[in-house]
Amino acid sequence: MRVLMFGWEFPPHITGGLGTACFGMTKGLAKNGVEVLFVVPKAHGDEDQTNVRLLNASDVTVNIDNEKDRSYWDRVQYMEIGSNIIPYVGPEQFTTMVEESRHATDNFRSSVMAPRYEFSGKYGANLMEEVARYALIGSSLATKYDFDVIHAHDWLTYSAGIAAKETTGKPLVVHMHATEFDRSGENINTNVYAIERRGMEAADLVITVSDWTRNIVINKYGISPDKVITVHNAVEPSDKSLDEYERSGLKSKVVTFLGRITYQKGPEYFVEAAYKILQVDPTIHFVMAGTGDMLQKMVKRVAQLKIGSNFHFTGFLKGNDVDQMFAMSDVFVMPSISEPFGIVPLEAMRLKVPVIISKQSGVSEVVQHALKVDFWDINGLADAIYGICKYKAVSDIFRNEGKEEVDNLKWEYASKKIKAVYEKAININ
Amino acid sequence: MRSLCFYFQVHQPYRLRTYRFFDIGKRHFYFDEYANRTTMQRVSELCYLPMNQLIMKKMEKLGNKLKFALSFSGTVIEQMQQYAPAALESFQKLVATGNVEVLAETYSHSIASMVDKDAFKMQVAEHKKLMKDVFGVKTRTFHNTELIYSNEIGKDVSEMGFDLILTEGARHILGWKSPNYLYVNALNPKMKVMLRNWKLSDEIALNFRNGNFTVESFVEMLNAIPNEEEVVNIFVDYETFGANVDASTGIFDFMEYLPEAVLKYTDFQFVEPHQLADRLQPMGVFDAPIPLSCRDEERDMSTWMGNDLQDDAIATLYSNFKKVKTTKDEELMRDWNALQSSDNFAGMCTKHIGGTPYDFYINYMNILTDFKNRI
Repeated sequence: MRVLMFGWEFPPHITGGLGTACFGMTKGLAKNGVEVLFVVPKAHGDEDQTNVRLLNASDVTVNIDNEKDRSYWDRVQYMEIGSNIIPYVGPEQFTTMVEESRHATDNFRSSVMAPRYEFSGKYGANLMEEVARYALIGSSLATKYDFDVIHAHDWLTYSAGIAAKETTGKPLVVHMHATEFDRSGENINTNVYAIERRGMEAADLVITVSDWTRNIVINKYGISPDKVITVHNAVEPSDKSLDEYERSGLKSKVVTFLGRITYQKGPEYFVEAAYKILQVDPTIHFVMAGTGDMLQKMVKRVAQLKIGSNFHFTGFLKGNDVDQMFAMSDVFVMPSISEPFGIVPLEAMRLKVPVIISKQSGVSEVVQHALKVDFWDINGLADAIYGICKYKAVSDIFRNEGKEEVDNLKWEYASKKIKAVYEKAININ
Repeated sequence: MRSLCFYFQVHQPYRLRTYRFFDIGKRHFYFDEYANRTTMQRVSELCYLPMNQLIMKKMEKLGNKLKFALSFSGTVIEQMQQYAPAALESFQKLVATGNVEVLAETYSHSIASMVDKDAFKMQVAEHKKLMKDVFGVKTRTFHNTELIYSNEIGKDVSEMGFDLILTEGARHILGWKSPNYLYVNALNPKMKVMLRNWKLSDEIALNFRNGNFTVESFVEMLNAIPNEEEVVNIFVDYETFGANVDASTGIFDFMEYLPEAVLKYTDFQFVEPHQLADRLQPMGVFDAPIPLSCRDEERDMSTWMGNDLQDDAIATLYSNFKKVKTTKDEELMRDWNALQSSDNFAGMCTKHIGGTPYDFYINYMNILTDFKNRI
């Protein structure tokens, strides 16, 4: 079986969990005998292509005078231009981006239809332009390769998926890694919502990364429950052991938050819980790793609470630094307000770090050896952190059993389920 | 004859390196050696060496008629010893003429005076010792970091054995009064206070680069000061000459011709601060119940203190003082002094656009955590 897959990022060039998940999934699919053609907006050349053939959208040229190429464009549905759809930024950044995108809009159609187009592959001001161009190229690529099913990851690639389906008539599976409600709370961007919904409606089947997400898809997008299937994410088993990393230079316990510092991830609850714990035990140290639009606010709050000497910020970490951070941690905390899945706790457990996760996360559906709290329950969170720091019996169990558990959450198994979804989609089609 | 008192501040802080969470407890060097070395060498070449040479020549020519004051932070002396010994040597030669008064200040150019009286005392004592060691002089006039002053600080300084202190002739304190007199501290009338004439000082430090200021206009402004006003105090950063203000603006020429022009065309003579204390009768009380400084339009403490970042960093730093006080470890002492530099807290200031106060705070706090673990 062969699948044409549309993704927005691929390791090592990633900004979040999406790229990591795609990478693991393609590896797992390879083990299950599924061949993957993976289309990215921009390939850097240093990606691991053992299990996947990477197609670089930036390399594909389009000839505007060519009748065929123009017909692809017609199939790419008209996109709302100038709507400045930008995920993952706050109001301040948004304002500066609006300025940039005003220029971008003027050139929109001409640059999308240019013979060559260099994608940034990021989430910048030209996002809508890139999404449109990506769809155009998706449609073009779909006729050049032979495959059985189309698989599109998250809304950025849905238009490409739809275009490919319309061009070739092959079945389409869309994968909801996150919904607009997870990213923005209740104040959603209606354009993004519309693209998500259109993608799911056009798809033969929808994969959600958790039942938490499946419920949102059914209840808030009105998608028929029959076509929505949950396949929980997995994690690549780590070939590294703790001994390969430096241990923390602090003599006391280290509690870590690692992720984008945005509303969705609940960083505020982590800071407030840290404050409560420090009133009781002033030796514990807290680390907030990552960056995001709420970083400054968090730094300010930490200073205001006068806990700066026990609360550290590392900035964005990637690759080896992430595992290094875990190796220095005694507890990992993910207090997300709404987390479709949340792969980071699994990465922590892989390195024998006990984890605390919010009940509002998809990962809490599959993990047994973790403490689970409501994200808003600061007292509960503080209790859980304190307990793991202080009581060795609990932390030892989590360390060892958690490692065991996570080693069995393999992409190989998850991909098997995804393969079954492909088969079902082909049969329906 | 009326008095004209020039005083120059010579200061460089230790610049801190990027100190990550991962370094805590493992690596104990906090400074950006490269930035410190290159900055010191650059400033020496652009300012300290040529300016010292220029002044030395003037002094040889004018003899006792040219007098002024210099104030060195301990951190600049340390870094000159390390990276620019020639500059230090030329300063020593200037002081050896006997016509340059070396002022007392805090060792680190710190704001200890605002936080902890004992830490402040220790800073001043260490600085006094350093000036004795390096220049062979006993300091007797005090000038606090960036002219920070309050009635309370004036009193604290008088208790350390000084009888003269310099501060800013801040408008919000002076009101209708002129800075061109000698005043006394509001709590201890024996403590004399001399005030910076910010208008003339800023003409040199800030406005010279715009090209409208000349020796002639300086002389004119001096002569325009009413006859009964006795003293004009001009305090500027030494780095103004050649480093902050480029040599191409002609600032060295300005300083070259200024002394003779003053002596020839005005009734002012150059004096050292301590001479004023002996010579002049105080005119009144300089009452500063709330701390002031010479920084920014506000002339207050808001450059260094007041926002959450700064307040946490300062409180955390000085919470270590009790333990540091008893240490004999030289490296710890050096780090303690470097971390106290007011520049660290100015880096966390959020008043201005630009800068990276949050990053600065994060970095500084990581260092403090490591520092705390060492003592």
